[in-house]
Amino acid sequence: MDFWISQVFNGVSYGALLFLLAGGLTLIFGMMHIVNMTHGSYFLLGGYVGLTVIWKTGSFPLAILVAAVAIAVLGVVQWRLFLHRLAGEELGQVLTTVGFALIFQDLALVIWGGEPYTIPAPAALTGAFNAGALYFPVYRVFMIGVAAVVALILWFVLERTRVGAMMRATVDDAEMAGGVGIDVRRISMSVFALGALLAAGAGVVAGAFVGVYPGADFEILPYAFVVVIVGGMGSLRGALIGSLLVGLLDNFGKALFPEFSYFTLFAPMAVILAVRPTGLFGRA
Amino acid sequence: MSGPAPARRLLVPLGVLVLLLAAPPFVSSYVLTLLTQSVIYAIVAMSLDLLLGYLGLASLGHAAYMGVGAYSVGILATRHGAGFGTILAVGVVLALALAAVFGLLALRATGVYFLMITLALGMVGWGLAYRWNSLTGGDNGISGVPRPALPLPWSLGEALPFYYFALAGFLLSLGVLWVIVHSPFGKSLVGIRESETRMRTLGYHVWLHKYVGFVIAGGVAGAGGVLWAYYNGFVSPADLELGTSVEVLLMVALGGRGTLLGPALGAGIIVLLKNLVSVYTHRWLLILGAAYIGTIVYAPEGIVGAVRRLAEGPAPAPARPEA
Repeated sequence: MDFWISQVFNGVSYGALLFLLAGGLTLIFGMMHIVNMTHGSYFLLGGYVGLTVIWKTGSFPLAILVAAVAIAVLGVVQWRLFLHRLAGEELGQVLTTVGFALIFQDLALVIWGGEPYTIPAPAALTGAFNAGALYFPVYRVFMIGVAAVVALILWFVLERTRVGAMMRATVDDAEMAGGVGIDVRRISMSVFALGALLAAGAGVVAGAFVGVYPGADFEILPYAFVVVIVGGMGSLRGALIGSLLVGLLDNFGKALFPEFSYFTLFAPMAVILAVRPTGLFGRA
Repeated sequence: MSGPAPARRLLVPLGVLVLLLAAPPFVSSYVLTLLTQSVIYAIVAMSLDLLLGYLGLASLGHAAYMGVGAYSVGILATRHGAGFGTILAVGVVLALALAAVFGLLALRATGVYFLMITLALGMVGWGLAYRWNSLTGGDNGISGVPRPALPLPWSLGEALPFYYFALAGFLLSLGVLWVIVHSPFGKSLVGIRESETRMRTLGYHVWLHKYVGFVIAGGVAGAGGVLWAYYNGFVSPADLELGTSVEVLLMVALGGRGTLLGPALGAGIIVLLKNLVSVYTHRWLLILGAAYIGTIVYAPEGIVGAVRRLAEGPAPAPARPEA
């Protein structure tokens, strides 16, 4: 029983991290239909920027803030210069954004070198809660908390505010949204910035959990895509459930069937997609 | 398609073929390894062109079929001492079988959804190679793959004979694919790319045609993987990475999708670029990244597409995957 509880806990906390990454990606995907292979780079660069801020100031919250804002600006520049022209061209989007991912990977290598680093977590987030034979690291609880707060904020903005209504309208039908006077371009740009911001924040949070290292970008990217696609492009609820599903499948796969751990994750995902190509909560 | 006389159009490819046949004995061993890598990758790129160029389906999982071919070599040659003929047959049949399974799932979708299903399927292949230690050697891969021992006057352990061996594989694959794309079946694929509805109305079994094209593309990529493993003497999960699938996509896009020879040219350029740039600078990822972006910005129809357009004036619209 203890095994199951702790594995579920681990799976949920990893799912929480994935949600931070996938929450923004699903909105980008749903709204702009942009296949953004640079999303993993925002995660990686966010981690590195956070690392530098921690080294200079020692402040964890400041690290998250600076990394998130810096990478959001980077994302907007990239979108303005290249991506918005490639609407409807999946192949062009894939190749262009992979190109950016390679360039960012190399720049990170130039600036931060090839060594793996760990972002020191604030003292308050270290240690663990004990319950009998079980123990729950505080940091994992923190990740779940952050994801829950972000999910609530996103839900509130999307469902309860005017800007959110404009965003939902743009996801549903960009042309009609433009027709009723919504500035689709500006909305799209904000969503793109939001996605990059969340991914960079996730990078800092993950930096104190799994570390910051070259290759983390392409390692996490397939997970984020699978979450988004299984949940359904543009669906926040889908991203949340998809994150939990992927986090749990990944964790149980690695614990129970080490030799087939990725198979037990990606094969069910492929089957779900084949049965419901638009994802669990997506609309065509 | 109206164009210049076929003879003129064949001039450049024939010239390149003569060079590929005649020049290698006179080039350095380094250039020879690059040429060998190029012709092998050209096989994989041309197989993907059948999907991307002729069917308009961009796949993010094509490395899986190449990987199946490569691991067939790694496992059968090192542990079971199997010969080249057996391994080639097994590798291609397994790649066909994998594509037959993946195709059932992937062809339910188009556009972005097709990209994403093939991404997940490609990750399945990579995950098995990476984790199924007892079969694949996990992250370490399988090393010590011997070169094929064939009853030939030259040893394939030598660089030059192996190059000609790989070149023969390339020409054979090119021939097979050329016949396919110029057959009525190949024309039906282009018809499906342009309008599925029209082809369906005309009475074509659209799904079946796509499926057969998908499976053939997988089988040819498997053959490329077999050669790749023999060339390297080594197989590892890196052969099945997402990055490998994307690189093959770039080769096809850079050379010109829907032209077969274009993707082969693209394969050569990317192999040269990766290797030559890394000789002069550590910043080769930067250059490669720029190549990705530059291809889309400056040559969206690829090199062969651009050259044909210049030579022929206004040409039919280049192949675009369905939006």
